[in-house]
Amino acid sequence: MGLFDKFNGLVAARSELGALGIDPFGVEIERIVSPTEGIIHGRHTILAGTNNYLGLTFNPECIAAAHQALDAEGTGTTGSRMANGSYSGHRRLEEELAAFYGVRDAIVFSTGYQANLGLLAGLTGPNDVVLLDADCHASIYDGCRMSGAEVIRFRHNNAEDLAKRMRRLGARAKDTLILVEGIYSMLGDRAPLKEIVDVKREFGGYLLVDEAHSLGVLGDRGRGLVEESGVLADADFIVGTFSKSLGGAGGFCVSDLPELDLVRYSSRPYIFTASPSPATIASTRQALRILAEGRALRMRLRENYERLHAGLTAMGYTLGATPSPVIAVVFDDKIATLKFWRDLLQRGVYVNLMLPPATPNGVSLIRCSVSAAHTPEQIDAVCAAFAELRTAI
Amino acid sequence: MTGNITFEYPQILAEICEELFKVTQGRVEITEDTELLGDLNLDSLQVMNLLLHVEDRFDISIPVNILPDVKTVKDLALRIENLMREA
Repeated sequence: MGLFDKFNGLVAARSELGALGIDPFGVEIERIVSPTEGIIHGRHTILAGTNNYLGLTFNPECIAAAHQALDAEGTGTTGSRMANGSYSGHRRLEEELAAFYGVRDAIVFSTGYQANLGLLAGLTGPNDVVLLDADCHASIYDGCRMSGAEVIRFRHNNAEDLAKRMRRLGARAKDTLILVEGIYSMLGDRAPLKEIVDVKREFGGYLLVDEAHSLGVLGDRGRGLVEESGVLADADFIVGTFSKSLGGAGGFCVSDLPELDLVRYSSRPYIFTASPSPATIASTRQALRILAEGRALRMRLRENYERLHAGLTAMGYTLGATPSPVIAVVFDDKIATLKFWRDLLQRGVYVNLMLPPATPNGVSLIRCSVSAAHTPEQIDAVCAAFAELRTAI
Repeated sequence: MTGNITFEYPQILAEICEELFKVTQGRVEITEDTELLGDLNLDSLQVMNLLLHVEDRFDISIPVNILPDVKTVKDLALRIENLMREA
């Protein structure tokens, strides 16, 4: 078998898309106009697929903080924190994240993907057991694979199924790491966190909650589903990203366990990666302050996603979950979904296209992500595009 | 990793074939030598979901780590038989 033969399936899939005149995975946003608008194919387009939940990418205070750090500390750190040293901003951000959650410590990683990869590969090893929700993100699966831990899936959002697997583990259950997400990225549904915590209380083990899509979105102070569900103290590890509600790039893990600091020394994705740039850290620190006090932003976000969810429901679309900033429209037919995505873009609406096997249960999804920065008029324009296409399918 | 009841290879094989029959809707004849990815064209998610059903049937948890070494139906049945013996 030749080096490139493995790509044959990919080449065939791309040809299929080319024949339809669709390139969903190579979209170029020629110019960014605002957190919710860009120019695509020369056309003003509403961005409803960018995970920019609080719309902070153009926040003047975040931009000013980034400018200041850029001028003062330069463009990059040129190395990893272990080998080349941490900048003071890295440590201050870790302290601020720990204080935000009211826990002992935090580790900052260079991307959200690396936060899961780095934590899981550093924390767990070949003699450990990880129990993960079947719909967990690829970064979690990849981190588990890198760790060499024994990986057991439980049925999505099914605490009873988790309990069954914990019971089978016997004495090993008390050292098992349970992995769930606050809001799942594909369908936008939430973990039944209280029930998951009940299982942990019954059998022991440690709980990691990935709040990538729920940080800044849920909870009075924006600390995610752990806060909204009142179980923050039961989450042993909370992972998050800077690249969604915080409008930057990077990731983190917080924990009250003193052993978290040891992960730095065992995590290859942490050790062998360049640290986040000073400008990224500075804008993220500012964004975190805004997020913590951002009740008005969260209210606006909620109004927006409830408006879109209600509009699509009224049109008769099948949606993936109850209202959240991730609104997935479920389709059975892949080709119809591809064309639908293309037709939305032609009407000036950019959303995400999700196809099997990246999706649960083999469905195809048109995935919208809503921002606090969307105006009601933009939400209505998105609804109007969906309504126009509803008559065509 | 398992309950007290153990199953022999023929029973395990029959259960896997039955589950695969449902997944493929009877389109393909399934034997011990059938390749899950190559012959049945299953994707990784479908294979992992297949495990969930098999786990329920035998009251066993099957780590997904076994999958890289599983090519055929026979490979899967043997791995499950081993897991039950080791438990």
